[in-house]
Amino acid sequence: MSDSVAQQIDQVVKSNDVVLFMKGTPDFPQCGFSQRVSAILNAHEIPFAAVNVLLNNEVREGIKAYSDWPTIPQLYVKAEFVGGCDIVTEMHEAGELEELLAPLKKEG
Amino acid sequence: MSPKPQEVADMIRRSIPDADVQVNLYSGDDHFEMQVISASFVGISRIKQHQMVYAALGDQMKQAIHALALKTSIPKESI
Repeated sequence: MSDSVAQQIDQVVKSNDVVLFMKGTPDFPQCGFSQRVSAILNAHEIPFAAVNVLLNNEVREGIKAYSDWPTIPQLYVKAEFVGGCDIVTEMHEAGELEELLAPLKKEG
Repeated sequence: MSPKPQEVADMIRRSIPDADVQVNLYSGDDHFEMQVISASFVGISRIKQHQMVYAALGDQMKQAIHALALKTSIPKESI
């Protein structure tokens, strides 16, 4: 992964409270797993920055190296990698995602 | 040709010997659903647990990982 892509990713992740690297966009997701995570975030009514990795293959591969996580989607909250579809779904069902996002809602 | 569920389970046990692994296919022959229970997950974040499983699957599973629904947990008695 080139330095510039790493810096781009780092900059996006650090300058937004909630960032979802996904295939497609929240309105037009191109993959079931990406669609589910963006729907979960919408259910929590939390604004988030969405990065469509299908538009840039360097970002699509770079994000996997950045987090040492082999798949897309990837959710970041306060610059921390939270997980992919499985983990975000599990956290959502266990109420842990609500806890994680609650402080951001007050700030917003 | 994607590996059989049994082969996937064996791969996990080779790296995580005490793992209780349930693997089954859903929709087609390359969408896996997997549950891995192991005492070695105790005190480890979910992300690290999943990374351990992905590492156990190795490179040839890179493609299959995309269609893998994974759930990791620790044995009941460890809670």
